[in-house]
Amino acid sequence: MDAQTLIARRVALELRPGNLVNLGIGIPTLVANYIPPELKVFFQSENGLIGTGPIPEQGMVHPHLTDAGGRPISALPGASTFDSAMSFGLIRGGHVDVTVLGGLQVDCEGHLANWMIPGKMVPGMGGAMDLVTGAKRVIVAMQHAAKGKSKIVQKCSLPLTSSRPVDLVVTDLAVISFPGGQMTLLETAPGVSVAEVMAVTEADLLIPETVPQMRI
Amino acid sequence: MRTVSAEEAVAMIPNGARLMVGGFMGVGTPERLLDELVRQQKSELTIICNDAAVPGKGVGKLFDAALVSTLTASHIGLNPRAQQQMMANKIAVDLVPQGTLVERIRAGGCGLGGVLTPTGAGTIVEEGKRPIEINGKTFLLETALRSDFALIHAFLADYLGNLAYALTARNFNPVMAMAADTVIVTAEHIVPVGVIAPDHVVTPAPLVDYLVANG
Repeated sequence: MDAQTLIARRVALELRPGNLVNLGIGIPTLVANYIPPELKVFFQSENGLIGTGPIPEQGMVHPHLTDAGGRPISALPGASTFDSAMSFGLIRGGHVDVTVLGGLQVDCEGHLANWMIPGKMVPGMGGAMDLVTGAKRVIVAMQHAAKGKSKIVQKCSLPLTSSRPVDLVVTDLAVISFPGGQMTLLETAPGVSVAEVMAVTEADLLIPETVPQMRI
Repeated sequence: MRTVSAEEAVAMIPNGARLMVGGFMGVGTPERLLDELVRQQKSELTIICNDAAVPGKGVGKLFDAALVSTLTASHIGLNPRAQQQMMANKIAVDLVPQGTLVERIRAGGCGLGGVLTPTGAGTIVEEGKRPIEINGKTFLLETALRSDFALIHAFLADYLGNLAYALTARNFNPVMAMAADTVIVTAEHIVPVGVIAPDHVVTPAPLVDYLVANG
């Protein structure tokens, strides 16, 4: 299983029936592929839709029905549409149960940086700051390291997305959470040892006595 | 409400005008008005919109033609031309969290001075803003936004100017239609009064100043 699939499958286990869920661009988008159909989760697209469905078949694209990246999507039976004020009222108002976002860095306090690299990449924060600030539960889905550098860091060097700490981090190597404000290793990926996770993690990570293998 | 051609509508907009443009990645954007802005070479524009779209689509056309001097938006990452113009200091860009942007526009349209939001507190978005503590939680005072013109795209407009929108093409349009001195609308279909049921009107007719004729 490739890294992205592993991360997406693990994150999918966090969703509960009836949850209103917002998925970010990239690995988070893949999470929708691993939700069992009987689970009945509502997916929100922040451009104004609850009930996003799969990419439509050829010839069935509607120019007025797109995801937050502007790509064609479909709407499931029971879907609803609304304006951007309502959409971000849902997000900021705590009505979104789970948001899954990509990340550039997460630090030992659970702070996420995911929207700019000063001087290099300034795409803008889009909806990310509102999502991290307002969603009931924030899950970061990302590679553990990029170009040999740990994305799990002691303190974020990149501009933060929010002062609100995230709840869970799922990488290709580990599942990490912050019980009592302490960054803690919860699970390791299949075939990955605790020592291997430690070796590529540039942060003080609490290691419980037993660390089970990642559920997928 | 007056019915005008796209040419007449855009002729009312002076160089240097402050424009709100509806749409999200070019979906729900009044493309005919943007084409006409480019044709009439309206320059030094201040644009308030969700994003910079992509080259060749929506407000992206204004960056292709280098007509923008100032942009307020939440995301420009999918338009390399807008990014290049920002990096070269040809345009001033104010990046605003999307939920904050729409609430600042809503406030502008509703006669409020601004809104208090927790979004951005403790980040670089906080710089130069007044933090206000309420019940132990920190909020930022984000001031209202208004514009000279709002360029709106609807799905249905009736002869009076009542508007209804389609699916995700609604986005910022109804909020912006409240927040500008002059509101100019294009619609996919212009229909007789009564076709849009009162319950389905999203933007009431008195908000619309000019409806661009189809055909």
